[in-house]
Amino acid sequence: MTNILSISHLYKTYQSGFEALKDINLEIAKGEIFALLGQNGAGKTTLISIICGIVSPTSGQVLVDGKDVIHDYRDARELIGLVPQELATDSFETVWNTVTFSRGLYGKPPNPAIIEKILKDLSLWDKRNNKIMTLSGGMKRRVMIAKALSHEPSILFLDEPTAGVDVSLRRDMWNLVKDLKDNGTTVILTTHYIEEAEEMADRIGIIRSGELIMVDNKLALMNKLGKKELTLELQNPLKNLPQELEITGLSLSEDGYELIYRFDSKDEDINIAQLLQKVASLGIIFKDLHTKQSSLEEIFVNLVNSEAAIHEA
Amino acid sequence: MKLNYYGIRAIYNFEMARTRRTLMQSIVAPVISTSLYFIVFGSAIGSRITEMDGISYGAFIVPGLIMLSLLTQSISNASFGIYFPKFSGTIYEILSAPISPLEIVIGYVGAAASKSIVLGLIILLTSAFFVPLHVEHPVWMLFYLIITSITFSMIGFIIGVWADGFEKLQVVPLLIITPLTFLGGSFYSISVLPSFWQKVALLNPVVYLISGFRWSFYGIEDVSMLLSLGMTVAFLAVSVAVVIWIFKTGYRLKK
Repeated sequence: MTNILSISHLYKTYQSGFEALKDINLEIAKGEIFALLGQNGAGKTTLISIICGIVSPTSGQVLVDGKDVIHDYRDARELIGLVPQELATDSFETVWNTVTFSRGLYGKPPNPAIIEKILKDLSLWDKRNNKIMTLSGGMKRRVMIAKALSHEPSILFLDEPTAGVDVSLRRDMWNLVKDLKDNGTTVILTTHYIEEAEEMADRIGIIRSGELIMVDNKLALMNKLGKKELTLELQNPLKNLPQELEITGLSLSEDGYELIYRFDSKDEDINIAQLLQKVASLGIIFKDLHTKQSSLEEIFVNLVNSEAAIHEA
Repeated sequence: MKLNYYGIRAIYNFEMARTRRTLMQSIVAPVISTSLYFIVFGSAIGSRITEMDGISYGAFIVPGLIMLSLLTQSISNASFGIYFPKFSGTIYEILSAPISPLEIVIGYVGAAASKSIVLGLIILLTSAFFVPLHVEHPVWMLFYLIITSITFSMIGFIIGVWADGFEKLQVVPLLIITPLTFLGGSFYSISVLPSFWQKVALLNPVVYLISGFRWSFYGIEDVSMLLSLGMTVAFLAVSVAVVIWIFKTGYRLKK
């Protein structure tokens, strides 16, 4: 697969001296959905803003489909659609006019049929003649997406697309991203909602203090870092953990009714069958058992915290 | 060279649509205030002043009045045009679009200048109701009208980029342009000033604009027509240079 976005040795230091990005290297394949995860102030928006031309990089190179975002900015930007984090709309314009304006701005000839399709896909068709100031926050967000799609970009940036958005719009947004993917559009989104990344992304990059500390396939990331938890619900409570069961990761709940075993899913030495046999041989009867895989959120928090600890040390 | 024609058109149409929405303040208000000037200076006070440089006073002030509106309206239209997207945040779209700085300027300044030119012609027509109109060099008159509109729209664009609050948008037109225009001979020939103040007046750039513009009407001049022309073109060149610098450095536009 060819790469539609290729970032090499990208640095950004603001005039204040704040280093927002440090040596970012990243390749994104065509048609991929990539989620950039990071806490507030980690550098997500700066990275997107540099790719889109809103912020100038200090050094490094960004290529969009082989075109340099600075030297070939016209060719590069034609391919990009951007939905920024903050709601910024022309309050006094109608939905139709503002979306048509965006298409023109990106150098495309008028095409009412495409604008109509985009507005219908985003449930904005009925509002097309309304002034933007009369719309709700969620609707304004949709308008911004419609503007970003108006010139049929091949790569769409969604900066915190569901911040402050209700559940139904969030669902719609996820569906939209899936549709875009089906049409071959590359989507790069930033979020600090892990469930969003988990729901939508093929690959995930984690950014912390301006550094891309990890980029991996979502499932691989979850496998690599995922912890599993096995819980045995006991028929009769135990007062103490029997000596035979003093294994790393195994603990007894406070009420004595649950045996909880936390283990690394990638650890080959773990043998659940053996553990269950041992429990049975000790005469401990369990009435139920269930396992839980840690979510991306837990992985993320662990990763960011451990990295922070390393840095502090 | 590739030209983003649709991009320029989008910005231009967007700005012109804004004028249509704000017709009262963009066109009607300046026409009313100009009419008031005619009534007050032309008829009421002007009737006591017989002539200025051999021209009836009412007719004499026509070019100055047009210039006054042209300068203030060009600046306020163009500065608001670019300041408002900065204020509302929609500037992100302009900055991330495949459009060159030159094309952005053509769109915004072109729209602001178009409004000013239309406004100038409307005021000219309005004045025909008050005084007998006479334009000796119509081509030069249009030349000054167009060049001045473009130059001051460009200055407005610069102010809009520089401003970081609504007060700053007002400061330059109110505290600099209006006084310079009043003192630049809108309502009198600088030849009526004492000789010391005549020399001071020559430091005022607006004197050259008004003098050149008035020459195109009546063939009379405070300063030589060639000097006016040279200065008018020089102002355009300076404002173009500043705009180029803004985009080269990303001043107040990019972080």
